[in-house]
Formats: sequence, structure tokens, C-alpha cells
Amino acid sequence: MIKVSRPRLPNAFSGMARLLCLAFLVGAATAVHADIDITVTGSGAKLFPVIIPVFENEGSLPNSISEIVRADLERSGRFSLVDIGPLTLPESKTPDLAAMAARGADAALAASVLPSSGGRFEIRFRLFDTTRKEGNPELGGMLLHMSPAQHRLAAHRIADFIYEKLTGIPGYFATRIAYVVKSGSRYELQIADSDGMNAQTALRSPESIISPAWSPNGEQLAYVSFEARKPIIYIHTLATGQRKILANFKGSNSAPAWAPDGKRLAVVLTKDGLSQIYLINADGSGARRLLTSSGIDTEPAWSPDGNWIYFTSDRSGDPQIYRASSTGGGAERVTFEGAYNVTPRPSPDGTKLAFLTRHEGRFRVAVMDLASRQIMPLTDSARDESPSFAPNSNMILYATDIGGKGMLSATSADGSVRQRLSIQAADVREPAWGPLQQ
Amino acid sequence: MKKLLLPSIVALTLAACGTTEPAPETPAVEDSSRSTTTVPTVTASSRNASNIDPLDRAGNSVYFDYDSYVIRSEARSLIDAHAKRLAHEPGRKVTIQGNADERGSREYNLALGQKRAEAVRRALRLLGARDTQIEAVSLGEEHPACTEASESCYAQNRRGDFVYLGR
Repeated sequence: MIKVSRPRLPNAFSGMARLLCLAFLVGAATAVHADIDITVTGSGAKLFPVIIPVFENEGSLPNSISEIVRADLERSGRFSLVDIGPLTLPESKTPDLAAMAARGADAALAASVLPSSGGRFEIRFRLFDTTRKEGNPELGGMLLHMSPAQHRLAAHRIADFIYEKLTGIPGYFATRIAYVVKSGSRYELQIADSDGMNAQTALRSPESIISPAWSPNGEQLAYVSFEARKPIIYIHTLATGQRKILANFKGSNSAPAWAPDGKRLAVVLTKDGLSQIYLINADGSGARRLLTSSGIDTEPAWSPDGNWIYFTSDRSGDPQIYRASSTGGGAERVTFEGAYNVTPRPSPDGTKLAFLTRHEGRFRVAVMDLASRQIMPLTDSARDESPSFAPNSNMILYATDIGGKGMLSATSADGSVRQRLSIQAADVREPAWGPLQQ
Repeated sequence: MKKLLLPSIVALTLAACGTTEPAPETPAVEDSSRSTTTVPTVTASSRNASNIDPLDRAGNSVYFDYDSYVIRSEARSLIDAHAKRLAHEPGRKVTIQGNADERGSREYNLALGQKRAEAVRRALRLLGARDTQIEAVSLGEEHPACTEASESCYAQNRRGDFVYLGR
């Protein structure tokens, strides 16, 4: 595999945008203790050459947008950026596509910023196919309203639009991730944009926090906290900071997994002995046992249609992945190769299953094609954990260990692109990729 | 290098072939200006820690072999002593905290720690302690006694701890 390390920011860029970007970074430094360093590892896949110019009138915004769009696309490992310097391509007219093609680009964005009422802005953009010889070369466009504080979300939406038009796969940039940072003996549950920027702390605790799980609407996180010296499941509403106990039964309460309808969760309780899977309403009522085994059943995860619950069980001796109907009944074994297959995570499109497997003492993320049951290892580190699919089913976020320090990485579901999100001087673990932002 | 176009573009291009005039597309409008992105920080405080009877903190651990949940013979006298104490003092309550070494999935390790705590709980019950006096919980790999990546260190983390709450 060829390792391609690309700089976090595009090399050649206009001085003004650079200043804007610098201003942003300085401004964000107080709130964000995460300096994300991204390394993209590609397999030499073909990169799509695209022009993302400085937006017309972009200087009227307090923060650059085109810079973030460029960084998103570059980080995805699927695009190469064709630099045209400070030249802008106004949205109001079709750019000179032949000239853009001559610079090596197969697609170009024309985009403008317009002031709007109440200190808000309008972003207008259109995407063009520069190789189109006849007919309409326009691939579509959009009009975004935003307040200056929303430049990052606006940029991620534009990047999602471009990504989807040019790859045929929905984008994943306008999403958030949750993860746990351990600094000394302090733990923080943090929420950040998919690029690791804009990190905010939802919960600070002197005890460990594990297994964050996004509600389907992205408004709440369920997680396991050890603040009471035993594992208790909480549901935390992010916008208000309100937290409620979902499950605090005698024994341990862990592994929350939201049903696709957001009304129920599968959880693991030990009130009747060993770890077993229960269903519970989102308000904490109506806990009922789903499955009964004589060993451990844990790590439940719903299929996106809500029909199946995948889980880890040691009922055959070694931990293996099984699935059962979400209405109960018998379990069907899913993994057979190897002596340690855990943490099943079905993809949002229902076609794949990511999981953790041990091979020669090394823990790696693997993916199974659910139709053929074929397995492909995706990572090659010694201690990978906690795979979590992006909403587009095409990227997987996971925790890895570099030199004894926890870090986050993401890989494409076909293993062709890998990126590392490192947060300086901290131990990061338990990533969970949230749904598309509303 | 020119032929990097992916199928989606080809499809879009073909779809537009019927028209000769570039039809101006009505752009989709999105209003993201009202979405909230601020997350307030909540601080959790550790509970129960100050209630732990300090006399009962040290030396109350039962160790387990790798991948095992069977109480070793040398731990039996310790468990017997705790069971006698609990049987003698019905008002006493103990939490058995199970632990696991750090390798592999955190949730699976939590379940393994529970399996160890449960083994101790059952032994205490058989030896006369009451169900209401014992809670078996797991701290999984979250409270390691030793943090090095070595077998001797992992062995220290495969244990169950007796934690008495002050009355």
C-alpha cells in the first residue's frame, strides 16, 4: 500500500483566505483543545480533479468557507484540488469550462457570497462538468442561508453536495462525532464536527464514560457512566445539557443501542445474573428481557430496518457475533472464523457489518458483506476498537492505539482510504459517528 | 487523465442529453441559520466514593486466571471470611466490583468483569450471605490496578474487589 501523506491545508491558496483561516484557527483555539492532524493513506486510487475557487465576495464573511470545502474534499481521499489562485468563479455565470479543463480539472464550482438581511448571508453555488462537450454542463446547485457563525456547517453541506454529485455516494461532512477524551484522571465526552473541529464538551467526569450512542435524530446521546462507581446508562440531551438515567438496575447497566425509531433502546443488564440483552423504552420504562442465554450476551446493535439485533455472545465458548429477531426468539450465529469476533455494527444501508476481530493477538476492524458473508479486514494495527459507520455507510470511524495513546482513525468501508484524527496530548477513545445534521 | 468521470456524472450527463438549451436549474434552498450547535457542558461528580468504609479498602481482592471465572482455591478462605462477616452482620452491604484486563472490546470486557463479580457473589450466597447484602457490578477495563502491557500486569486486572459501604 502506498502511503500518501497530505498536508492538512491545501498548499497554494490566496493570502487573504489564508489570513481568514488563520483568524479562524486563532479564534477557535480557546474553545477547541483538539488540534486535528489528518493523514490520508490511499491505495493509489484515482483522484477526481476538481476546482474549488475562492467564492466571489468571500472576503465579506468573517471566516472562509471555500477553505473548509477544500479540506473536506481533500481529506476524503477521493479528490485532488486544482489550484487557480485568487481567481473567483461567480455563480451568476457559467465559467470558461474549456479553460478549467485545460488546467486539468474535470469539475469546477462557481460560488458567490451575497449579504442578506439581519447580518446573514446567502451562499449560491453551481457545480459544472468541465469535460462536457455539448448540452448542459451544469450538475446542479444550491442556495444556502447562513449566519456568520454557521460557516462550518454551510461549508460541510457544500462539500456533501459536491461529493455526492461527483461520486454518486451521499456525503458525510455535515455530521458530528462523539468520543471520550481521557486526560490524566479526568474524562470528557466531546462532540465535534466530522472533521474533528468545533469540539465541545458535553460531559466532564472524574470517572470513565463509555459506549456513547446517538439517538436517530442526533439530539441525544445515550452512554454509560461510572460516576456512581458502577455502570449506569444515561440519556443526555445535547442542546440543553439535561441528563436522565435510562437504566440503573441492580448490577451493571451498559451497551445502549437506539432502535431506528428512537422510541426504544436495547441495553445490557445484569439484574438477573450475567450480562443479558433487554429492551427498554426511551423514558426508562418497560424493561423486558429479549434473549436468554447461560453465558454473556452483550453489545446489541439494531439492523437499520429494526428487524434484527446483532450482538456478541460467548454461548459457544469464544465470543462470536450472533443475530436474533428484535421480537425475540432463537439466535443465529454470524461469525465463524477466529476465536474473537465482537462489537457488531451494521451499516446504515443494511448491506455490511463492521466488527472487531482478533488475529494473532492483534485486534482489527473487519467488515462483512451481509449478503455473501464474505469478510475483509480493514485495519492492520494492534489495538483497534469501536468501529462506527458514517451515515453514508461508506466510512468507518474507529479507535486505535499509537504508542500507548488512544487516537481516532477513519477508513473507507472498502479499505482504500484511511485518515487519522489525532487530538494532541490526549487519550481519545469510544468514537460514535452521528447522523446527518438537520 | 481525462477519463476519470464516475458513473454518476455519466448518468447525469446522459439524462441532460435531450435538451439543447442549458435549462437554468432552480437551486435547492437550505436554511441552516437556525440550527443550534452549542453544547453546554455538564459536570458529573463521583458519588459513593466518600462512603466507602476506609478500613475495608485494602487487601480485599480475588484474582482470576486468564479467560477464567472460576474462583481459585487460595481465594476460598478470603471469600469465606467475607461471607461469615455478612452473615453475622445482616445490616452490612458489599459491592463486588469485577474487573478485566484491557485487551479487546470495552463492553465485552465489562461483561467479563461481571462474570467474575457474579462468581464471587454466588460463592458468598452459598456461604450464607443474603442476596440483599450483595451487589455484583463490573468496572470492566476502566479501573486497572496496573497499566502496563504485560501478562503480570494483566493478571492484576483480572480480579474482583470487595467494597463495603459505610453504614
